[in-house]
Amino acid sequence: MATLLAIGTGKGLFLATSTDRRAWEVTGPHFPMTGVYAVAIDKRAGRPRLLAGMTSSHFGPSVATSDDLGASWQEPDRAPVAFPTDTGASLGRVWQLAPAGADQPAVVWAGAEPSALFRSDDGGRSFQLVRALWDHPHRESWGAGFGGQAIHSVLPHPGDPARMAVAMSTGGVYRTEDAGASWTPGNTGIRAYFLPDEWPEFGQCVHKIARDAGNPDRLYAQNHHGVYRSDDDGRTWSSIAAGLPSDFGFPTVAHPSRPGTVYVFPLVADGQRFPVDHRCRVYRSTDAGDKWEPLSVGLPEGPFYPSVLRDAMCADDADPAGVYFGTRSGEVYASPDEGDSWSLVAAHLPDVLCVRAAEV
Amino acid sequence: MITVLLPGPLRGEAGGASRLTVAATGTLRAVLDELDGAWPRLGRRIRDERGELRRYVNVYVDGEDCRHAGGLDTPVGDGAEVQVLPSVAGG
Repeated sequence: MATLLAIGTGKGLFLATSTDRRAWEVTGPHFPMTGVYAVAIDKRAGRPRLLAGMTSSHFGPSVATSDDLGASWQEPDRAPVAFPTDTGASLGRVWQLAPAGADQPAVVWAGAEPSALFRSDDGGRSFQLVRALWDHPHRESWGAGFGGQAIHSVLPHPGDPARMAVAMSTGGVYRTEDAGASWTPGNTGIRAYFLPDEWPEFGQCVHKIARDAGNPDRLYAQNHHGVYRSDDDGRTWSSIAAGLPSDFGFPTVAHPSRPGTVYVFPLVADGQRFPVDHRCRVYRSTDAGDKWEPLSVGLPEGPFYPSVLRDAMCADDADPAGVYFGTRSGEVYASPDEGDSWSLVAAHLPDVLCVRAAEV
Repeated sequence: MITVLLPGPLRGEAGGASRLTVAATGTLRAVLDELDGAWPRLGRRIRDERGELRRYVNVYVDGEDCRHAGGLDTPVGDGAEVQVLPSVAGG
């Protein structure tokens, strides 16, 4: 069994393969000179399909798929993700591609900029706007962070296809329990220190949310300052930052099969976006955020300044799980043992925007 | 007939052609609409889903930047040459 690690960068997609998750063969760039903000490895239909959301600064955004592990790519003639004419909007980029649960093998979700959710019923070849979220009365008040206004996290509920949580910056978490027909904010307990009302119903700058492997009603959130856990499917949140050296950062990743295990990459602060102590360390909790431990075996020991973006950390689906992250300085690290030890996959790539991995 | 000149990065979306011939005349919009119908992947790289020219794509009609003329309403007469060029942008 091989592991495929898809690395989306500011100038294209790189694909790394390994049989031991320590020695890697890297190919690419696919889609050179495009920013690949979203990638997915969809194994539900009996074959691994790669999906890539890329954006050319000149020629705009698109989504392509590959059913042969990146040897060839298919892109439809008509734009796979596009806003309907009556919205007056145009797609900035696709920030997230999220296959739905195994009971909906043809459904893929796309989180987009400006903040919108799209649904595909043909495995990611074509998408349709989820109108109820686009028409939400809050939309006019959703803001834009430095990266743009986007839905960057899409979490289908593994046990209930009618339920889903999405997160956007800024705006926060929104939830549906009726397959997208209606949406309610789920931000109670998440602080927005940058607003006059620090505890608003919505408007939070949630950087990333992840769903626990064992308890589908348990979510984790890395906020723009603040690390949180929800035990009620995103309705309310409580801080789990006490054991971390900083509550700022971008990614949060849940272990693929071990309940309560979650990873973050802390940065000093909003105004100091460097790893804490200028050291390259991933933090892991095995008790849903009550306690945290730094992980650094095999990672650079000297001063380290690059940050890790919101989608540039992931886990694979193996046992034991592999954990991966890429930096804005183009380095990618892999751990074959759930974070206990790490090795370099690739260096000197363009800035890493996203990573996804799976056994193929 | 209108001649449309394509830059290298877009030729793959038009079967490898560096120049195309379009029957539509009148406005640049009509020319691009015909292109879009024949080569939709080419069309959506030049204009977004609102039909607006992408920010870093420049289109010249007989050598004049359409943004300095009438935009998509720039007149295009029979025999005109439309050139698509990516602007100097990107990192």
